[in-house]
Amino acid sequence: MLGSPMGLLGPCWVRWHCVRKSTPQCGSVVEEERRARANDREYNEKFQYASNCIKTSKYNILTFLPVNLFEQFQEVANTYFLFLLILQLIPQISSLSWFTTIVPLVLVLTITAVKDATDDYFRHKSDNQVNNRQSQVLINGILQQEQWMNVCVGDIIKLENNQFVAADLLLLSSSEPHGLCYIETAELDGETNMKVRQAIPVTSELGDISKLAKFDGEVICEPPNNKLDKFSGTLYWKENKFSLSNQNMLLRGCVLRNTEWCFGLVIFAGPDTKLMQNSGRTKFKRTSIDRLMNTLVLWIFGFLVCMGVILAIGNAIWEHEVGTRFQVYLPWDEAVDSAFFSGFLSFWSYIIILNTVVPISLYVSVEVIRLGHSYFINWDKKMFCMKKRTPAEARTTTLNEELGQVEYIFSDKTGTLTQNIMVFNKCSINGHSYGDVFDVLGHKAELGERPEPIDFSFNPLADKKFLFWDPSLLEAVKMGDPHTHEFFRLLSLCHTVMSEEKNEGELYYKAQSPDEGALVTAARNFGFVFRSRTPKTITVHEMGIAITYQLLAILDFNNIRKRMSVIVRNPEGKIRLYCKGADTLLLDRLHQSTHELLSATMDHLNEYAGEGLRTLVLAYKDLDDDYYEEWAERRLQASLAQDNREDRLASIYEEVESDMMLLGATAIEDKLQQGVPETIALLTLANIKIWVLTGDKQETAVNIGYSCKMLTDDMTEVFIVTGHTVLEVREELRKAREKMMDSSRAVGNGCSYQEKLSSSRLASVLDAVAGEYALVINGHSLAHALEADMELEFLETACACKAVICCRVTPLQKAQVVELVKKYKKAVTLAIGDGANDVSMIKTAHIGVGISGQEGIQAVLASDYSFSQFKFLQRLLLVHGRWSYLRMCKFLCYFFYKNFAFTMVHFWFGFFCGFSAQTVYDQYFITLYNIVYTSLPVLAMGVFDQDVPEQRSMEYPKLYEPGQLNLLFNKREFFICIAQGIYTSVLMFFIPYGVFSEATRDDGTQLADYQSFAVTVATSLVIVVSVQIGLDTGYWTAINHFFIWGSLAVYFAILFAMHSNGLFDMFPNQFRFVGNAQNTLAQPTVWLTIVLTTVVCIMPVVAFRFLRLNLKPDLSDTVRYTQLVRKKQKAQHRCMRRVGRTGSRRSGYAFSHQEGFGELIMSGKNMRLSSLALSSFTTRSSSSWIESLRRKKSDSASSPGGVAEKPLKG
Amino acid sequence: MATSYSVKPEVYSRPHCVPGGAPKTRRPDNTAFKQQRLPAWQPILTAGTVMPFFFLVGLLFTAIGIGILITSNSIQEIEGSVYMYYGLSNFYQNHRHYVKSRDDSQLSGDTRALLNPSSECEPYRRDEDKPIAPCGAIANSLFNDTLELYQITNESDPTPVPIPLKKKGIAWWTDKNVKFRNPPGEGSLEERFKGTTKPLNWRKPVYMLDSEDDDNGFINEDLIVWMRTAALPTFRKLYRVIEQKNDLEPTLPAGRYYLNVTYNYPVHSFDGRKRMILSTISWMGGKNPFLAIAYITTGSISFLLGVVMLVINHKYQSDGNIGVTL
Repeated sequence: MLGSPMGLLGPCWVRWHCVRKSTPQCGSVVEEERRARANDREYNEKFQYASNCIKTSKYNILTFLPVNLFEQFQEVANTYFLFLLILQLIPQISSLSWFTTIVPLVLVLTITAVKDATDDYFRHKSDNQVNNRQSQVLINGILQQEQWMNVCVGDIIKLENNQFVAADLLLLSSSEPHGLCYIETAELDGETNMKVRQAIPVTSELGDISKLAKFDGEVICEPPNNKLDKFSGTLYWKENKFSLSNQNMLLRGCVLRNTEWCFGLVIFAGPDTKLMQNSGRTKFKRTSIDRLMNTLVLWIFGFLVCMGVILAIGNAIWEHEVGTRFQVYLPWDEAVDSAFFSGFLSFWSYIIILNTVVPISLYVSVEVIRLGHSYFINWDKKMFCMKKRTPAEARTTTLNEELGQVEYIFSDKTGTLTQNIMVFNKCSINGHSYGDVFDVLGHKAELGERPEPIDFSFNPLADKKFLFWDPSLLEAVKMGDPHTHEFFRLLSLCHTVMSEEKNEGELYYKAQSPDEGALVTAARNFGFVFRSRTPKTITVHEMGIAITYQLLAILDFNNIRKRMSVIVRNPEGKIRLYCKGADTLLLDRLHQSTHELLSATMDHLNEYAGEGLRTLVLAYKDLDDDYYEEWAERRLQASLAQDNREDRLASIYEEVESDMMLLGATAIEDKLQQGVPETIALLTLANIKIWVLTGDKQETAVNIGYSCKMLTDDMTEVFIVTGHTVLEVREELRKAREKMMDSSRAVGNGCSYQEKLSSSRLASVLDAVAGEYALVINGHSLAHALEADMELEFLETACACKAVICCRVTPLQKAQVVELVKKYKKAVTLAIGDGANDVSMIKTAHIGVGISGQEGIQAVLASDYSFSQFKFLQRLLLVHGRWSYLRMCKFLCYFFYKNFAFTMVHFWFGFFCGFSAQTVYDQYFITLYNIVYTSLPVLAMGVFDQDVPEQRSMEYPKLYEPGQLNLLFNKREFFICIAQGIYTSVLMFFIPYGVFSEATRDDGTQLADYQSFAVTVATSLVIVVSVQIGLDTGYWTAINHFFIWGSLAVYFAILFAMHSNGLFDMFPNQFRFVGNAQNTLAQPTVWLTIVLTTVVCIMPVVAFRFLRLNLKPDLSDTVRYTQLVRKKQKAQHRCMRRVGRTGSRRSGYAFSHQEGFGELIMSGKNMRLSSLALSSFTTRSSSSWIESLRRKKSDSASSPGGVAEKPLKG
Repeated sequence: MATSYSVKPEVYSRPHCVPGGAPKTRRPDNTAFKQQRLPAWQPILTAGTVMPFFFLVGLLFTAIGIGILITSNSIQEIEGSVYMYYGLSNFYQNHRHYVKSRDDSQLSGDTRALLNPSSECEPYRRDEDKPIAPCGAIANSLFNDTLELYQITNESDPTPVPIPLKKKGIAWWTDKNVKFRNPPGEGSLEERFKGTTKPLNWRKPVYMLDSEDDDNGFINEDLIVWMRTAALPTFRKLYRVIEQKNDLEPTLPAGRYYLNVTYNYPVHSFDGRKRMILSTISWMGGKNPFLAIAYITTGSISFLLGVVMLVINHKYQSDGNIGVTL
């Protein structure tokens, strides 16, 4: 099963020339700087940089056994049992034969080893798969196919379009002009808009292999680190120095897009890459039940020692008082010279026989149950996504019951809540709203019952994938409505999309953001097809007629302006400015005359925003030639200015973008994953708090918050924290808290709050906040909020809010937020995400969930559970998690009970056998009790039990609460179980004791012999615990029946077999109980004793449970009961608050766009030469745009967001 | 748009953490088992089931208890065969070292074990160089007082008449026929036990325990009874049976009896006590007041609990307690 030995030895050893040195080992110096010389493997080898081979596996064939065993014996439990085993081999101490311990121990070790081996095998497989990916490496002047693992630092490799970047590369040259290349960094940071990277000018000319082969530049740069957005280094080439920044780097995990090919120099490889440095160590996750169990096991161990001490003292006293004088018949062992020493030995003997209070089968059973639950998750067809053909998968099998205790969910946005598909959904043109779909009766039709989408066949250039349902819009276009035409003309002109037409009529748009793509595609389908562009022109097919507009200016988009405009001259020579942007900013810049239209459009905008659509307002303005000339001149001046260039340009832009005529508005749906709002609502009802952590922009995040009903208009207030300094953030948080406090004071008993406030116990105050609040916090504010002195304030504020949205957060911050909640809230956290940027969060949270079926698999690989739709989360938590928790708790309660009942009998017996560590039972019974007689029924309960059917736990989300409050298994419950176990053991010993002390058999011979006593106690024990499991089992499937009845049958079968003549004849010293079963169990007195014991043990339990059910039923009891009496109860109204279309003015503006592309287009730098040839392009400011682009990038890196936004609600 | 790009040639590998069973089709089977929809019985404790149960247990147990009590009391009349027991108290036959100090192989007639007893028998394994048969502390401490019962039939004749005591049939059939066997062989018992020596405390070797061959050696019933160690430090063991002569007259009519005890067995050193018990038996063995009282008590408590539940249930049921929390 372990594949080829070569594969298992690890690919990293196969090649010698890439010596692996990932982390500085002891003795070696920490890497201070990295030097890599291109095309010089010999030189680079000196530094022993890590090769590009990644290794996540733990063992190979040779190391497996010793390493695995060593690891296993690091488990306290295993060592403990090994210790017991050694004790049992000492004859003076051995109160049980050695096989009672070794059989289960070997079983456990074997099962674990097999599981570890299988896991590691798959790790090897996935490592091999990644390491064996092909890439083209330039070796000795020839491009050669090499496996990823053989790529070394200093190699030059060639990447092609849509390929994964193999290592962290310095971009040398690309197929695009000026060494540009586009990458998608979704795997790294989750942002799906494309990013531009550019080679430094000197290397961008190294387009062909011969030049590259001669390239011998040396890069000196920072050592490997995990900062995704920072890189500093210097290239030394031909006695020149060139500084390098992140703009020149292609990081492993990125995908090359829209770029035919590019060459890069490997700087960091394998474990040194930023991706790997960011992924962090896999922490072994344990559930809270695990931790509780470990504590309890320690307690039990303490209890065991106490009992051992009591009995040892008893033994010493007994030996001293009675034993010494009883030596006539029973002399002491030779080794024993005093009562004290005898007591000491008896302590160990008792430790051995009492160790069954924590049997090793506990750990095995827990694992088996979890494995079962994991399979149920894998098998659940309701968590199978038909579209992507991916089933849910429990990748970690040890966390299931924690799924039933989740209190906080941290969700990524893009790809998790949303599909990252933008759909042109509605629009408002000249005061008329289009896009609502009505069914025959005139009601708004829901998705699924929609009629056929409208037919765009009139337009040969239409995109087949574009769907729209409102035919009236197409009619308006066909009727030649000028407003509608102007509307779509704007959409086809005002953008920075690039088109590509591989074959005639086959248009592909390369949009920088999916929003823009959606808008341009909409225009395309409605007959305004953006066909091609040059730096100076845009060609549009308007209703089949090709029209070329002269592109005069692009007033680019940025975060402050929140709008973009183009100024074009149409063939008639008229100059017109087209503008699209956020309603909040654009509506103030409209001409007075559009007032009436404005109010109609406003209504539509509010409606769209209320539905969670992203809105943009469209406007135009006619410019006369003179004005434009004058304006263009001023613009040129401003752009050439040395200082304050940005501000001057902005004011010039602002000047022209005024008094515009309103055209209408667009509404784009950032398509949510299916069922997201419902899932969130349901999880909220189950008292789970959901935080959205996204790398995306604030507007987009807030918008999604509304569309998935996390934020609603009913909320008292949405706090937005965007401060840039520590003080600002602190102030904003303080204000938010004060507001919450004020309102709760207003609700009542203000003075007590005041007192609490002064006692600085904010958390408790904030728990009692009245009203619903939400918090939106920006990445840069979050950085301050997460600092040690403010993190508590932040946490308190955030936890008092119903919904929290963190935007523009880095992968590390995501993890920090999760860590913060974990640290202070002591709550179970779950992180769900789909991209590589979510990996750290997924690993940090108690439970990590990856969305599978997406392009990247990083998140899935790091996750504990994976499925393809966010909505499956409700089923995972409310059904599987809840059941797992319930089952595990029931299992543990019963397990501790049965073992205490079983073991404590020895303790009582100790008082009657001279504390000699004589067992009450036959040794085979002790061996088999836990692994045969009582294991399967409780396993069946642990695997199959259900208190309420699955649909009920969806109907009554409150059923989830016991898990969060940890009600079903905690220290109190544990003590109850223990008490019940001890109670049972008392009866189990003293009832037979009472009966046997006087009784004789019906043939006159003695009844009270040891063996009959043992059989009687054992039989009543098995019956009592079977009845008890029967009472505990709430869901008797055929399997439960089979196991429970089967266990009883097996008990008697084994009993009679063990006591049979045949076995005795073969091994007289091993099967001493010969004939006991039939002789003892034929006695009516014995059966009367068994029945009596059973009834006395069970009666109080039944009475207690019945009374609790009657007096204090919990919700699940009630649900069950209702089900039983078949009261048709109306489903609890799900408080799904419909978002009212209130008049609250709220912007639905969101745009995943970055500035800089306008300039890029106007300069023609990104145009292919073929298209450039068409234009009368003059090199005006050849490299200025690049510099300004770079500066903007660095500006936005240091202070993104720009201005502090006001709260969205006025 | 983002979706229009072709999916990368990334091989989607799924490392299985769940060992085994990687299904070919990834779609889960729609079976009741896998979908957790197995038909099941879902019992719930309702007033309708719990209270009748308690009343039933109450009545049944009280009845059984009374039955046992009556049977138990009837045992006072000396009718049927009379069983004669010896009792020891403060004698720890259940001590761990004592219990294990035997060799069942030897007792079952295994020749090898006869001459080389198990080390469990230490320190009663060998006497000088010879293996002890039967070895071990249990056998060594065999109860060897003899009890004889005499009746003074009429007052005029003071010579007591010995009452015939049956010494066979006091051990389990399996013990006598399976568990305990003399060493195989053709010759006399003495020859078959050749090479062994008697336990230290014994006066005579094992092959001289009885005159009759089917009650001699390891299958001597007194030995067998002794070797079946008691569970508790106070115990009694069947010694002899006084068989009923006929149905017309009592086995032991009222009168004067002598008990002649040949005192061999010291118990004083450890405060042990010896008893002699005569008893008849019924279907459920000897007198057993504990069981009777326990049954009656349990029955009454059960009945009482039933009543309490009835009251509580009635009181709260009227409030419609269950279902209101919904």
